[in-house]
Amino acid sequence: MSDLGHVLVLAGGLSYEREVSLRSGRRVAEVLRSKGVEVEMRDTDATLVPSILADPPDAVFVTLHGGSGEDGAIRSVLELLSVPYVGAGPDACRVAYDKPTAKAVVRSWGLRTPDSVTLPKETFHDLGASAVLERIVERLGLPLFVKPSRGGSALGASIVRKAEELPAAMVGCFAYGDTALIEKYVEGVEVAVSVVDLGDGPVALPPVEIVPDGGVYDYAARYTAGHTEFFAPARLRPEVAESCLAMAVAAHEALGLRDISRTDIIVDHDGNPHFLEVNVAPGMTETSLLPMAAEAADRDLGTLCTRLLEIAAARG
Amino acid sequence: MTTEQDHGRTTAAHGSRIDAYVDRYAARAAGMVASEVRALFAVASRPEVVSLAGGMPYVTALPLDAVGELVAELVANRGPVALQYGSGQGDPLLREQICEVMRLEGIEAGPDDVVVTVGSQQALDLVTRIFIDPGDVVLAEGPSYVGALGTFAAYQAKVVHVAMDDDGLIPEALAEAIDACARAGQRVKFLYTIPNFQNPAGVTLTAERRTRVLEICRRAGVLVVEDNPYGLLGFDGEPMRALRAEDPDGVVYLGSFSKTLAPGFRVGWALAPHAIRDKLILAMESAVLSHSTFAQLAVGRYLETQPWREQIKAFRELYRERRDAMLDALPKYMPEGCTWTKPGGGFFVWMTLPEGLDSKAILPRAVAARVAFVPGTGFYADGQGSRQMRLSYCYPEPDRIREGVRRLGAVIEQELEVRDTFGAGAGRHRPGIDTPGPDLA
Repeated sequence: MSDLGHVLVLAGGLSYEREVSLRSGRRVAEVLRSKGVEVEMRDTDATLVPSILADPPDAVFVTLHGGSGEDGAIRSVLELLSVPYVGAGPDACRVAYDKPTAKAVVRSWGLRTPDSVTLPKETFHDLGASAVLERIVERLGLPLFVKPSRGGSALGASIVRKAEELPAAMVGCFAYGDTALIEKYVEGVEVAVSVVDLGDGPVALPPVEIVPDGGVYDYAARYTAGHTEFFAPARLRPEVAESCLAMAVAAHEALGLRDISRTDIIVDHDGNPHFLEVNVAPGMTETSLLPMAAEAADRDLGTLCTRLLEIAAARG
Repeated sequence: MTTEQDHGRTTAAHGSRIDAYVDRYAARAAGMVASEVRALFAVASRPEVVSLAGGMPYVTALPLDAVGELVAELVANRGPVALQYGSGQGDPLLREQICEVMRLEGIEAGPDDVVVTVGSQQALDLVTRIFIDPGDVVLAEGPSYVGALGTFAAYQAKVVHVAMDDDGLIPEALAEAIDACARAGQRVKFLYTIPNFQNPAGVTLTAERRTRVLEICRRAGVLVVEDNPYGLLGFDGEPMRALRAEDPDGVVYLGSFSKTLAPGFRVGWALAPHAIRDKLILAMESAVLSHSTFAQLAVGRYLETQPWREQIKAFRELYRERRDAMLDALPKYMPEGCTWTKPGGGFFVWMTLPEGLDSKAILPRAVAARVAFVPGTGFYADGQGSRQMRLSYCYPEPDRIREGVRRLGAVIEQELEVRDTFGAGAGRHRPGIDTPGPDLA
């Protein structure tokens, strides 16, 4: 039985990932309640601040995906309210949530990440799309992976194998964000490594290998049970698995993250991991990767979440 | 030593697909996947977003005190009946009352010909269940009601869309579609039509075309399924004569109290020739045993004791004001190149975007700008509709409607800029049915 008083699980929000967030929040609330923790679920709306002021929780578990949940905004508000929460602080979130910035930071720490270019929509408008796109293909080659510089759940993301597909990929990307990250697409195995810090420093959970039907880990593949095959732990040689774990822990530290994170990695044909992105509020749904990794490590999700809340509460 | 395809992997037992039943679902469940569009609608339900997506009637306008009282009386005076199983065909008094309601649209029928169903959605489901074998053809207007397309897909029908214009279904196109199916050796079981203030197009089938459509179907031996939730919600003049009024033997008529009273009761009905009616009763019994007696008696009591014709008039005025707000705002805020239908009743405007734009691709931008609509591809079974969108005016207040149209206009302007930057061919077209939830149908 936990010493925690009452805690809040923040879920929902107004980002594109609202529905995923609500599912994550419900699952976290359920596993916390199974451990005897008193949990209230709240959305980020005009009633949130007054209710926190009226009845301050001991700690908050943020399961808001995308937008204010991951870019530091909601955490800044929690800091203004002096309410402890699980996860990275606002400054670290701002860096981590912006994929190109996160890549630059991890690259400066010596981690491998695919070559890329980041451009806002205006650049294509002002300089002419075809000239810029041609140059991108010449410089980075094909295939390419296009995604919004901020966002999750693969919304707006696509693989481009032929140059003539690139304009449509850009339009699809700009539907979800104003800035596009265009990366060399590394063919390989998709692996997700979750990291938790239970007071003794960040520790990586077993890597999870992701094999979507149809080859693309898009929204439907992520959130429809049965559409993707997962191997937890991933089918990697021990030294390759080790290097993935090391990459995730290094990314967590390089970006100044706290408590919990998930790093998405591609392992190339030679067994080298490449950093793709990091998530400071990893999904906790029935089809999400962190809970799978916890299970592979024989860790009870409820115990894990409770411990993270206790650590946050003790930080004050 | 690694090989090129090795990726540094070791072998392992089978992975997990999370779903233990993944290889056991029926083929018809294949389309039941998580969808980006549904995820966006989860945001659209927040009050910050002006939702022009919902097809929800404005039930707040009902005399809720009176409804509450009659429900309380129902339980107090007839509790043991109201809370008990009923018959498969439905409460006899309600069926008589339904005949009275249908008379307003020229239909002469007796209570024996009526089967009460759980919304007209269920009536359509049962009709489809008793007629459609996998692969049978259903002719539907193009576009058609998303709830119907979902039902047809569930029974593995092949949907063939027939073109419409501002006067509704085009008879020549219908005749051609029937001939084409005959030439291809395909079995056309029925034509599904929403002749009044169609969902989603807003258009109404003219009187002259009704006669021709019935003639064409009669000659070809094609049953007509007439779905009419909005017939009494026209803003000008008297309701039109139903197709069923002209052809009792060739038409199965689906009616509903969802828009003239309230969807929460889930009371609709099918009016069918007797042989079809008998099968519908059996299908109804096998689906739900009987409709909710409680809901039926509540609706019956409402019709008996409340001025329901005046209530419908009040709804008409309310929706007219909202339609006017939308039709005033559209020319003001929509960029050049957008066109739209001008409904004389019902809930919906159907807008066509300029060349090169894709309404599904615009939806995330719109939601970020706090306005929502339903992309047109949801209303076709064959991937058409990417340049169209359905705008509902039934639910938000007129000022919110104007604000929503303003927001949407700004988003479309931005999208035109993106189109001009990347070329008209770059507009994304992602095929497939995206079924929104019930509040958006």
